[in-house]
Amino acid sequence: MIDTLRLTAEGAKGLLDRKEVSGPELFAAYLEAIGERDPELHCYLHVCEDSGGDGIPIALKDVIGTKGIPTTAGSRILEGYVPVYDSTVAAHCKQHGLRVLGKTNTDEFAMGSSTENSAYGPSHNPWDPTRVPGGSGGGSAAAVSAGLAPWALGSDTGGSIKQPSALCGNVGLRPTYGTVSRYGIVAFASSLDQVGPVAKNVRDCAYLYSIIAGRDACDTTTVESPKVVMPEGEDLKGVRVGIPRELNEHEAIEPGVRRAVEDAIELCRRLGAEVGECSLPRSVDFGLPCYYLIAPAEASSNLARYDGVRYGYRSPHSGDRLAMYENTRDEGFGDEPKRRILVGTYALSAGYYDAYYGQAQKVRTVIAREHAEAFERFDVLVTPTSPSVAFELGGRTADPLAMYASDLLTIPSCMAGLPGLNVPCGLSEGLPVGLQLIGPQFSENMLFRVGHALEQAIGFDVVPERLR
Amino acid sequence: MAEISRELLLHVAELARLELREDELARLEVQLNDILAAVSKVAELDLTDVPATSHPLDVVNVWDEDEPRPCLSVEDALRNAPERDGDYFKVPPGGSS
Repeated sequence: MIDTLRLTAEGAKGLLDRKEVSGPELFAAYLEAIGERDPELHCYLHVCEDSGGDGIPIALKDVIGTKGIPTTAGSRILEGYVPVYDSTVAAHCKQHGLRVLGKTNTDEFAMGSSTENSAYGPSHNPWDPTRVPGGSGGGSAAAVSAGLAPWALGSDTGGSIKQPSALCGNVGLRPTYGTVSRYGIVAFASSLDQVGPVAKNVRDCAYLYSIIAGRDACDTTTVESPKVVMPEGEDLKGVRVGIPRELNEHEAIEPGVRRAVEDAIELCRRLGAEVGECSLPRSVDFGLPCYYLIAPAEASSNLARYDGVRYGYRSPHSGDRLAMYENTRDEGFGDEPKRRILVGTYALSAGYYDAYYGQAQKVRTVIAREHAEAFERFDVLVTPTSPSVAFELGGRTADPLAMYASDLLTIPSCMAGLPGLNVPCGLSEGLPVGLQLIGPQFSENMLFRVGHALEQAIGFDVVPERLR
Repeated sequence: MAEISRELLLHVAELARLELREDELARLEVQLNDILAAVSKVAELDLTDVPATSHPLDVVNVWDEDEPRPCLSVEDALRNAPERDGDYFKVPPGGSS
């Protein structure tokens, strides 16, 4: 009997290596779990009956292009689109024998913090299905927590891996910008987008990162990164942990979240870390406005390709070509992509460019400098990942700005291209609280070390209480 | 900062090739003004001497050898086309733009 709720990828690999279970048996166990629990949770947009490979199963966020497997990015405009080539990360997974279970739900074009912007309906949080799993990668995070995949890949522009992992109670890594190829990934904001792993624990997360990281000739923004060291140690001796005041004391942080994170910080001390305060005075107040100019500007450019000509949806209301473009895009895109396309087009248009986009790029420099200064004194920064635990479905959909604020604490480090790791650190109101570890560029091994030691000390049970 | 009037919204929508319906225009006009009011906060900082960041890493341009390599077949390239005519993507006749 395979317990998919508890089985880690490392555990699955052990079962396969020792021939205690076969690849098909393992795959079938996950398909069975999906059949049982996905009707309620809606983590998957597409489930594969047989995708080849005989190794560990994996779920991929539906922005990751997969040859012969539908890829919609949660949008009607890509309904029925079947890529004719693999993204580099999908190819890496295949080379390691990983077997694709299916494509997971996402906010449309990865724009959102709850999966409620998916054109195919929201996913539900496995801890409480009346609540969101976070977003945009809520499908991947919920699938891992509900035992519908041992691990998964997500993508993160301003928090889309870290925030859902926090809300679902598992481990998610947004890698350093440039360490993982975006070739074949549906693009949202190209100076920010990163693909990264979601897993039940830090070691699985590190292992999956080692599979997908590396320079790719097909993505010229990629660089070589340090070799991954699997974390083993249980202490934090000699590690300098910084607590950025503005990200830990922000008024939006719920008391239960703050308490759980404070307990984890105390644990860092007991594990031997040197803990000190620091300040990122402008990164929080200006991070969100900066992000919501730069990301929409880049999105408006990236989403120009959806024109009904080469692939995807085409409006039947197409008198002439211009009408075909305009109706295709109006009917194919949902509200959130439209809002971002319009904000971005405006911010880039003549007469407004310097005041909005140009100024936001300068703010970005300020944010990067503040973080660089903090890393002169500290190896890693600790903050809550999300100001709140999982919120009610429908709770923020009427107010785009309230939804945007969900990523208040994840966005600043994304603007600076820094890696961030979410590690579950406790419960508040019976729902998971996530701790965010931020390091300098290319410091993934330090994040894994700190995350692993904390994980061992905290002893968080990643299986949702209602499924135990 | 400037407000987005209905006229300006229609102009931006035209630039973005979006044919917005009347009910969308009413909703988006309010939401976009809220969003722009929030993001206009970036103007509070005096950043005259601060350079812009367009990319988070210091990277250099990458050149590739100019050599022919296998690429998608015509059939694969056209596989997802909404409409095709032989080896071409078929589109409606051009309108004024």
